[in-house]
Amino acid sequence: MSEFDQMYREVILDHYKNPRGHGVLDPADAHADGQNPLCGDEVSIYVAFAEDGETIEEVKFSGRGCAISQASTSMLMEMVAGRTATEVATLDKQELLDEIAIQLSPVRLKCALLGLTTLKVALHKAKGTPLPDGLAGFDELELT
Amino acid sequence: MAVTVTKKLDAHVVRADFPIFEQEIHGKPLAFLDSAASAQKPHQMMEAMTAFYSTSYANVHRGVYVLAERATAALEGAREKVRAVLNAPDVREIIFVRNATEAINLVAYSWGMNNLGPGDLVVVTELEHHSNFVPWQYVAGKTGAQLAMIPLDEQGELDLSSLDAIAAKGNVKVVAIGHVSNSLGTINPVEKIAAWAHAQGGILMLDAAQSAPHLAVDVQALGADFVAISGHKMCGPSGVGTLWGRAELLLAMEPFLMGGHMISSVRFDKTTWGELPHKFEAGTAPMAEAVGFGAAIDYLTTVGFDAITAHEHELTEYALGRMSEIPGITLYGPPAERRSGIVSFNIDGVHPHDVAQILDMNGVAIRAGHHCCQPLMQKLGVAATNRASFYLYTVQEEIDQLVDGLATVRKVFA
Repeated sequence: MSEFDQMYREVILDHYKNPRGHGVLDPADAHADGQNPLCGDEVSIYVAFAEDGETIEEVKFSGRGCAISQASTSMLMEMVAGRTATEVATLDKQELLDEIAIQLSPVRLKCALLGLTTLKVALHKAKGTPLPDGLAGFDELELT
Repeated sequence: MAVTVTKKLDAHVVRADFPIFEQEIHGKPLAFLDSAASAQKPHQMMEAMTAFYSTSYANVHRGVYVLAERATAALEGAREKVRAVLNAPDVREIIFVRNATEAINLVAYSWGMNNLGPGDLVVVTELEHHSNFVPWQYVAGKTGAQLAMIPLDEQGELDLSSLDAIAAKGNVKVVAIGHVSNSLGTINPVEKIAAWAHAQGGILMLDAAQSAPHLAVDVQALGADFVAISGHKMCGPSGVGTLWGRAELLLAMEPFLMGGHMISSVRFDKTTWGELPHKFEAGTAPMAEAVGFGAAIDYLTTVGFDAITAHEHELTEYALGRMSEIPGITLYGPPAERRSGIVSFNIDGVHPHDVAQILDMNGVAIRAGHHCCQPLMQKLGVAATNRASFYLYTVQEEIDQLVDGLATVRKVFA
């Protein structure tokens, strides 16, 4: 498979064109806005917990950006539904990268991880747990 | 130096001077359409730097030995070349800095911090690169001056009918504008805006980083008070740029950076500043870079700025013509007559990063993003655009390669 076909493989384009879990939850139990200022990718994440206040019952995202950022966030929605907040807040990014399964340059890696980072910030905020290193102030960037 | 002098520029001949084009990218010929970000380098420029390091290198000024004298002569020779290319009246007005951004910061700090206050206006434009926007926003905030903006019209040109309303808001102290927009290619009517600034009792800071590579910039004819340029956009090395300022203003200003070389005398209780340009050149200068910059200016003037401008105009017309036929494309910016060699565009439903990525796989290098112009992107209502930009070595085949690549983009995202 050529480098080209690999990066824009069918599943990526499908998630980009038909994003899963696209929308807004209002009210949401957890919410954060994320931005990749270098590219202008934007993602907002909304989570509703089940009655146990821990299981992710529903998760949605809205935003705009490149195919990689939007498709990876769409894949993430399918990956985390039904899992617990504690587990997802510390999810190994490799699990998502394995699902995306394309070669990513450092610049595009940021696009691919925007959704996951934003989701983690939303969960930490909702749970009142401290944000991991490097994420302080992450969702205070102004979305345009 | 061995440059073929022709009245009409033959880009295929010019291109042979640029070793970067001797390679393929992803198995395709390199179509480099990102010269507005930084220009490629002719071998003549690189050889001038190598020769300087090989035969004339030592720290400049004050040294009494042969090498220090040679190095000083080379640096000062480069300064004279910059003076000549800008038609500046006095070589003491040519200050070497790292880049145009540093040149603008020098003015914003050294002039702005001491000349601005409440009731004063700092006028910028919606087209500005962050380099001529952020320093002024910061200094206005620090001094209590107000930041006012010259708006854009639908074609991406400055709306000068707004000037009277701006003047009514306060004392216009400085007008900071770009000569050519790095995002849209718009060539701004600098003479008119300079005359207006002076009529208000203000000064004009001109960011010429995007014009000086492509047009003859005459600081006196334009009526500017400060002009910033970057060497790397003019086929010179990175790490060197120039601030030109009117001597009268520079003499009255305090230094920007303090340290070695910029002094007249240093005592425990008091330091006095050196003469121009040294007052603004603290520390060891970018010596080899300045020499390379001088050689790049020689290269450009030998080809001829009129020939470069005409060549880029031809390419821009060709590109706008071919690209306007692409379904789903939006082209930004003014008509070719009032535009430098820059074409900004978007393809419906495809983020610029994806466009640029697919083009890269076709050997085409363009820039995708906000081009350090977030206020402009907000105005255009987009997060980012794609930008193709041309220079003296750009050939029509590269634009064809771009158009072919855009067909692939549309196919992938159909």
